[in-house]
Amino acid sequence: MATVVTVTSGKGGVGKTTSSAAIAAGLAQAGHRTVVIDFDVGLRNLDLIMGVERRVVFDFVNVIAGEATLNQALIQDKRLENLSILAASQTKDKDALTEEGVGQVLDELAELGFEYIVCDSPAGIERGATMALHFADHAVIVTNPEVSSVRDSDRILGILQSKSKRAKEGGKVHEHLLITRYDPVRVENGEMLSKEDVCDILAVKLIGVIPESKAVLKASNTGAPVILDQDSDAGLAYSDSVARFLGEDRPMRFVTPRKQGLLSRILGGGD
Amino acid sequence: MGLFGLFSGKKKTSAAAAKERLQILISHERQNRQGPDFLPDLQRDILDVVKKYVAIREDHVSVRLDRAGDASVLELNVTLPEN
Ligand SMILES: Nc1ncnc2c1ncn2[C@@H]1O[C@H](COP(=O)(O)OP(=O)(O)O)[C@@H](O)[C@H]1O
Ligand SMILES: [Mg+2]
Repeated sequence: MATVVTVTSGKGGVGKTTSSAAIAAGLAQAGHRTVVIDFDVGLRNLDLIMGVERRVVFDFVNVIAGEATLNQALIQDKRLENLSILAASQTKDKDALTEEGVGQVLDELAELGFEYIVCDSPAGIERGATMALHFADHAVIVTNPEVSSVRDSDRILGILQSKSKRAKEGGKVHEHLLITRYDPVRVENGEMLSKEDVCDILAVKLIGVIPESKAVLKASNTGAPVILDQDSDAGLAYSDSVARFLGEDRPMRFVTPRKQGLLSRILGGGD
Repeated sequence: MGLFGLFSGKKKTSAAAAKERLQILISHERQNRQGPDFLPDLQRDILDVVKKYVAIREDHVSVRLDRAGDASVLELNVTLPEN
C-alpha cells in the first residue's frame, strides 16, 4: 500500500512546489521509495525545481492517455536512488486528468513498490487541484502567514473534509499544516501573523515552519531541492518537518529572531 | 522589548488585526459550508426579500441548520440595523 501525500494550498506562489520537492527528497533520504508527481498540467515547474527538465520525454498525461508506459515516463533522480519524478504535461489541458486515469496511475505506482506518492498540487480549486486532493491520504497544507493564504487554506480544508475520497468513504484525510516564508523578526514586530495565530485560526496540527530564506532561490537556480542544502535554515527546517511527518518529535527551529548586536537591541527588537 | 518597543507596544498591531479579521471571516465561511448545499442560496433569497423593506447587508442574515436527534432546526437570524 502506497501513501498519497498531497501538497496543497489553494493560493498560488506560497511554496507548494518548493515543499513538494523538499518533502519527496526528504522521504527518499529517510530510505522510503518515493515518487513526486506534478499535477500542474499546462504549467509544469516541478521538473525545473528537481533539476530534471532536460530529461522529460513522456509525462503524467501521456501515461493516462496510454501514449507511454509509467516506466517510460518516470525519471529516476540522479542524487537519490529512492526518488523518482513524474512530470506534468506542458501542452495538454487540465481536463486530461480524469479521476479514473489518475487513480489507475496511482495504483500502478503502488504496484511498482513506491511507498510514498507526493502530489504537487496546482493553485486554485480546479481539476488538477481537486484530483490531487481527491486521492490524498495525507494533506500538507502550505500556508504563508498572510490573510489571503490562510483563508484559501481553510477553503482547501473544507474540500478535503467533504469531497476527498477518504471523506466520502466516511474516513478522514490526515491534515498537516506547513507554514512557509516565515519571518520571525516581522512576527515579533507584530507585522506578521505568528505560527500560533495561524494554528489557532486553521486548527490543524503544525508539522513545520520554514523561514523566508535566500537558500530557496539558490536551490531553484541550480535545480536541487532545498532540503539537500543542509547548511541552510530552510533545508534544516524541511528536514525537521519530514522527520515529524515520519513520527519523530523535534523542536521548532528558526522561529525566533536571531540574536542581535547590543546596539540594535537598545534601539528595539531582539529580546 | 527594546526602547522603541515601549512606544509601539501600545497600539494594536497589524498582525492582531489580521488575526481578528480572519477569525470572523473563517467562522462565517465554515458555517456556510456545513449543512446542505442550498443554504447559501436560501440566505441570498432571504436577503433579497428583506432588502425590499429594510436596508441590510449580507452579513446581517445568518442561516444555519442544527441537527437535534432525528429532527433538523433551521435557524434564521436577521439583524436589523438601528433606525
Ligand atoms: N521559504 C521560502 N523563502 C523564500 N522564498 C521562497 C520560500 N518558499 C518559496 N519561495 C519562493 O516563492 C516562489 C513560489 O514558490 P513555489 O514553490 O513555486 O510556490 P507554488 O508552487 O505554491 O506556486 C518561488 O519563487 C520560490 O522560490
Ligand atoms: Mg507550484
